[in-house]
Amino acid sequence: MSENKKIDIETVRHIAALAHVKLTAQEEEKYSSQLGDILLYMDKLNQLDTENVPGTYHPIDISNVYRDDADTGQSISRDAALRNAPLSGRGFFKVPKIISND
Amino acid sequence: MSEEIYRKTISELHTQLTGRQIKAAEIVSAYLKRIGDIDEKLNAFLSIRPEEALEEAGRVDEKIAKGNAIGPLEGIPIAVKNNIITKDIETNCGSKILCGFTPPFDATAVKRLIDAGMIALGKTNMDEFAMGSSNEHSAFGPVGNPWDISRIPGGSSGGSAAAVASGMAPAALGSETAGSVRQPSALCGISGLKPTYGRISRYGLVAFGSSLDQIGPLARTAEDIAYLMKAMSGLDPYDSTSSSEPVADYPSMLREPLKRVKIGIPKEYFSEGLDPEIEKAVRAAVKILSENGCTIEDISLPHTDYGIACYYILAPAEASSNLARYDGIRYGFRAEGDFTLKELYSETREQGFGEEIKRRIMLGTFVLSSGYYDAYYRKAQKVRTLILRDFEEAFKRVDYIVTPTTPTTAFKKGEKTGNPLSMYLSDVYTANVNLAGIPAISVPAGLDSKGLPIGLQIMGRWFDEGGILKLAHFYQQLTDHHLDFPSNL
Repeated sequence: MSENKKIDIETVRHIAALAHVKLTAQEEEKYSSQLGDILLYMDKLNQLDTENVPGTYHPIDISNVYRDDADTGQSISRDAALRNAPLSGRGFFKVPKIISND
Repeated sequence: MSEEIYRKTISELHTQLTGRQIKAAEIVSAYLKRIGDIDEKLNAFLSIRPEEALEEAGRVDEKIAKGNAIGPLEGIPIAVKNNIITKDIETNCGSKILCGFTPPFDATAVKRLIDAGMIALGKTNMDEFAMGSSNEHSAFGPVGNPWDISRIPGGSSGGSAAAVASGMAPAALGSETAGSVRQPSALCGISGLKPTYGRISRYGLVAFGSSLDQIGPLARTAEDIAYLMKAMSGLDPYDSTSSSEPVADYPSMLREPLKRVKIGIPKEYFSEGLDPEIEKAVRAAVKILSENGCTIEDISLPHTDYGIACYYILAPAEASSNLARYDGIRYGFRAEGDFTLKELYSETREQGFGEEIKRRIMLGTFVLSSGYYDAYYRKAQKVRTLILRDFEEAFKRVDYIVTPTTPTTAFKKGEKTGNPLSMYLSDVYTANVNLAGIPAISVPAGLDSKGLPIGLQIMGRWFDEGGILKLAHFYQQLTDHHLDFPSNL
């Protein structure tokens, strides 16, 4: 177990909530420790002066690609789009009720 | 024909097909039989399609019987990694959360190979969502290394590499975000190429780290890879990051004599942590190239050591965003119970994702979160520029860079699963290639004293896949390491 305080249990819970991942108490402990170790390793990047270095978002020169706003003739049918859904009906994906009655 | 069908290269199979010494159906049957004989031990395939494959082979045989000419890939089987979409064939990314997902379309790379006449044998095992370096993070069990099944085949394209290495397929598709084709190719003793970012369309490749992801072929020789690359490469209107750079005729390039090439040896890739047996094998390969007309020069890639830290910030950040789509609504697994919508998302993701996926989603969400974005994510993007500039500078002086592919040969199953950071560090020689977007190949360079394969890595300039393949082919003309085959299965 590492003693570093890079990422405490509170932060782990906050991050898990942001990521929509439910964690068990055991997992919270484990991730706090493991992510702490990993982030400690990441600190080596601070050895580098990057003050005047631009960021790289893509490794090759690319620019936006546009096409005409017209039917490409390649879209899939609604049935095909829905066939992998765990729950669907009347041509829609089904989700739990979002608006309550009261 | 003294040798088994399943040990042949694509080129050899093609020659026999056109010479009518063998039928496509016999080729497919030979691989299906091999899968039936040994895959219980290896667990490389998650699904196979015997009837369809044989039917497709039959059509190629009819074409040949009618006297029609066939292309170099026609009638040749291929295995496809489970994160590359195949129409009506389950594509589950090695994850419980995508269990049962049968895509309504083919990935562009797959479509182009099918159009070229290739026959999909089945889908291969992999680290869940391609996150892993040992194939131990698959929801469907680990894959064995064909040279020693108690060891890992590498990852994340471990099933694809084990399938080719053991003769269950003459070729396979894999994918890379950082080394996931080259590292398992090295550890299984086959050839595997990571093309330039944008060379092959990512349409239909399930997204992990979108600024890094690239499909790559695995095969027995550089020559076979040249044929696969020619068929798959090029602009795709369905992927706006695919490149319009013209596609070279890679197979023809291999037949031209090698002009004077300058090879750089970066000292940072021969430092502490490198297995001395691997260093010896790589130095021996460099010596052979040097004795056969290549100029060798010592170079430096000064930011090499920062690659893993940089990569394991950027890739999880991109992954945490890309994997937000798995919420139990549109495809795959959905948690059962009386949940609100938000509970359904988090329950589905808790039950559907494996441990490593959650770890990376957590890491990625953290480095992108308010208060930490500049310190980690932005910093890593700047360091990525420094790593990229190292390669730009190096390629002003040399044409290719030769290094080991991995610091060690295949490690034992379970050896690194308890310590994620030690697992991440096994990508130390491969990750920077992805950060810079350059192409690189791993080819076999012999066996160590335990009888495990060693990989030689050749990196090249952006879009110089042809040059890399030519140099790799040149090396394979001078050596026999690519003919090594695991005999204990």
